[in-house]
Amino acid sequence: MIEVFIDIILLSFIAVTAVAILRMTNLFAIIMLFGIFSFLSASLFAVMDAVDVAFTEAAVGAGISTVLMLATIALTKTQKEKVSVSHRHWLPLSVVIVTGAVLVYGTLDLPAFGDPEAPAQTHVAPYYIDKAVEETGLPNMVTSVLASYRGFDTLGEVVVVFTAGVAVLLLLGGKHRISDTGTNEIEKNEHSLILRVVAKFLIPLIIVFALYVQFHGDFGPGGGFQAGVILSAAIILYTLVFGLDAAERVIPPSILRILASLGVLIYTGVGIVTILLGGNYLNYSVLGDSKVAGQHLGILLVELGVGIAVFAVLLVIFLTFAGRGRP
Amino acid sequence: MIIDILSWILLLGGGLLGIIGGIGMHWFPDVYSRQHAAGTTDTLCAMLILLGLALQAGFSLVTFKLALIFIFLLFTNPTASHALANAAMQGGLRPQLERTAGGDNP
Repeated sequence: MIEVFIDIILLSFIAVTAVAILRMTNLFAIIMLFGIFSFLSASLFAVMDAVDVAFTEAAVGAGISTVLMLATIALTKTQKEKVSVSHRHWLPLSVVIVTGAVLVYGTLDLPAFGDPEAPAQTHVAPYYIDKAVEETGLPNMVTSVLASYRGFDTLGEVVVVFTAGVAVLLLLGGKHRISDTGTNEIEKNEHSLILRVVAKFLIPLIIVFALYVQFHGDFGPGGGFQAGVILSAAIILYTLVFGLDAAERVIPPSILRILASLGVLIYTGVGIVTILLGGNYLNYSVLGDSKVAGQHLGILLVELGVGIAVFAVLLVIFLTFAGRGRP
Repeated sequence: MIIDILSWILLLGGGLLGIIGGIGMHWFPDVYSRQHAAGTTDTLCAMLILLGLALQAGFSLVTFKLALIFIFLLFTNPTASHALANAAMQGGLRPQLERTAGGDNP
């Protein structure tokens, strides 16, 4: 009962936020509202007991995306132009209404939330629930599905992240930079003593937490994606407080590019090794003495690859955006 | 029993402070006084709720994690308020020192 109540409140907050985003013209406020939107979705996932998804949504959606979008508007402008509508667009409106009505009609055929007879619950899910802990030795079923049973999907996700990083580097990277400065908010701010001291205190804690999330992913909510995001958040905090040059002295961009490739290489490499040892691609059972030990080792390595790749790619994207307005 | 009552007092106190902070955000006239409402009440509100939850959880790993969040909030919340106020000041926003005659402040 109380959960339904919380669900309704969160969903109505999400709807209000979405409408507010549509109606605003100040891009800064819109980005903040996007962060709130992600955070509300994360709360909704947490209420639905999908803790891993909630964790990722909070870290990626509410955390890093907000920072990346802020870095983007620091390069462009903060105000959306008002589009004056002289005549009503009846055709688009009717298309939207009809599509929406069809979609709502489609939901009527969907099984109820948590229905045990739903196709999603009858296909492979019972197998995972029965066998996952036994076959991989990991208490957190989400991690064993993500990294082992569906390892190929996750490889695809990592490659997508990697491709995004490469695309940003191809478009914005390189030596030629815009010469007229003044757009770069990150560079010019002299930050106060309080901020610098607290940042120095917090950054090691954030890094330790990221490592905890990375290696605790087998046992609880967490894993490579979240850990990579949190770790890059630590460096981004450092960049914001101490400046871009200091951050590039800590982690040179060339090393970051190598790390991004290394993460994907670890993941694919584990697959190649399993083939060489006589198994299928990404079948970790052949890696260790026993099946369970092999699965455990494989999942650990793959998660490490994911973590390194996500960390490096996000940082590459942020540093490229932030370094854009520099002379 | 006593711990239960104590934790509920803390939880409700935290919730009350949160509501007061929310009212203050709308009530006060300019950025700095709104900061005051949001920053000070939010810090104590989160602290009280975390303490209440820690008492509910008893002595376990959960309590330790709550204590870590407590320390984290203790440092980040005031710092964030400070950074925000500082940014507003540097951005050229002056605090409103007197009641404006026709202002919307009650």
